[in-house]
Amino acid sequence: MAPPPLTALVELRNLTFSYGDRVILDNVSLAVPRGKVTALMGASGGGKTTILRLIGGQNRAQSGQLLFDGDDVTVMKQPQLYAARRRMGMLFQFGALFADLSVFENVAFPLREHTDLPEALIRDIVLMKLNAVGLRGARDLMPGEVSGGMARRIALARAIALDPELVMYDEPFSGLDPISLGTAARLIRELNDSMGLTSIFVSHELEQTFGIADHVIILANGKIAAQGTPEEVRSSADPLVYQYVHALPDGPVRFHYPGSTVQEDFSMGLESARPPSRGLS
Amino acid sequence: MSWYKPSDVGLATRRKLADLGHGARLFFRLVALMVPTFRRFGLVRDQIHFLGNYSLAIISVSGLFVGFVFGLQGYYTLQRYGSSSALGLLVTLTLVRELGPVVTALLFAGRAGTSLTAEIGLMKAGEQISVMEMMAVDPVQRILAPRFWAGVITMPLLAAVFSAMGIIGGWVVGVLLIGVDGGSFWSQIQNGVDVWQDVGNGILKSIVFGFTVTFIALLQGFDAQPTPEGVASATTRTVVVASLSVLGLDFILTAMMFTI
Repeated sequence: MAPPPLTALVELRNLTFSYGDRVILDNVSLAVPRGKVTALMGASGGGKTTILRLIGGQNRAQSGQLLFDGDDVTVMKQPQLYAARRRMGMLFQFGALFADLSVFENVAFPLREHTDLPEALIRDIVLMKLNAVGLRGARDLMPGEVSGGMARRIALARAIALDPELVMYDEPFSGLDPISLGTAARLIRELNDSMGLTSIFVSHELEQTFGIADHVIILANGKIAAQGTPEEVRSSADPLVYQYVHALPDGPVRFHYPGSTVQEDFSMGLESARPPSRGLS
Repeated sequence: MSWYKPSDVGLATRRKLADLGHGARLFFRLVALMVPTFRRFGLVRDQIHFLGNYSLAIISVSGLFVGFVFGLQGYYTLQRYGSSSALGLLVTLTLVRELGPVVTALLFAGRAGTSLTAEIGLMKAGEQISVMEMMAVDPVQRILAPRFWAGVITMPLLAAVFSAMGIIGGWVVGVLLIGVDGGSFWSQIQNGVDVWQDVGNGILKSIVFGFTVTFIALLQGFDAQPTPEGVASATTRTVVVASLSVLGLDFILTAMMFTI
């Protein structure tokens, strides 16, 4: 008998990741519940996209475990990693469509690479996937001819072409007009429910995110500041989370970039009355 | 002036060695991927079309003009010794042994190599390489290997076109315009050019240059910083490194082929 399915499709256990000396994730543990839509939020440069790249095995953590359906991605060799990636779909921030292929061929790409399906079946699958994102009519366009919002929907159709279990969205809402933004949010939710997916998305868009997510995780300074349902996160007492979810300009995250004080810069002190040296004098 | 500390020199040496090792690994992977690459010949064919077809015009025109110049220069030198009938031989040997492979490789680096570097660099900047990895498709096998082998196949073909156009150019100037005897022009070529020693070594050279230039272009593109500045400087490096490598290798190959 097969073991009962784990409740979390993706699980980070005490994961630490750094670029050189800069620690991005500091001993982070989190779980992405199966079948749910999980939102990753937090200030820019806070390691949200890094988590997606770690799940996909594109970056390797320095320590800790990262389980995808019970298997540790951090120790996988290329064949296992490629096998795991075939069960994931990832939507990059700007779509990352192949510029030399038409919309149809972009969506057909993973099918052609990984299957020996006959052409007629590939056509049907591609048109079904394009239909799911509302772009069946755009099949003959080239990536240069579509708008940013459309490019992302095409990339989404490509990401779900092989019916993955997990779909990761890297900032799916950035730079979209209100109509495209609403469409994108609705698509994430609908695809998740109709295809039985597990979805993770990185976002800064508070309203849409809280509207569609089942589970929200807020990262700050390499750690998890808050997680739970949208309501729980919204009512969090943590000052940093409060500043974030209420979009306050000043709080634990300062408005002013750290530097010399106002007194020093505006000649109120004696020492810094001279203008700073430009290096030529 | 500040002196370099020994530790700086050591670090720089280690970095260079690491780069070299990284490049060598990619090179051997591309060579090892020969069989799987040719199994999907459609991808290679498309790249041969792309690299070859678009380089054809510049290669043909350059070959023709180099031939014109050789016809003129060769005639003025040879007629002093009363051996202007050897004009065809002079033009042909120069082109087939040296100028055909070398100038073709230099032009190929400028025309096709830069476009390869820019294409790969822009794919990297547009996250197309990452998205391919996330689809469990190996970009080295899917993107680099077909281009690499297409370059290796295209280079000798282009060099042959260059040499042929050059001989025609020499004939136009020597025979048609100056009036060297056409029969002796061709018969000197027929008698004096050895298929293996001259033509064969020329082809061998251009195959070596095909490996060199295409690999350098792909490596520069694949290692480019994924920004507009990064792609621009990678493209420049392709031309510089590939040209110098071709000229350097040509000397070594010539020394090995025609002196031993």
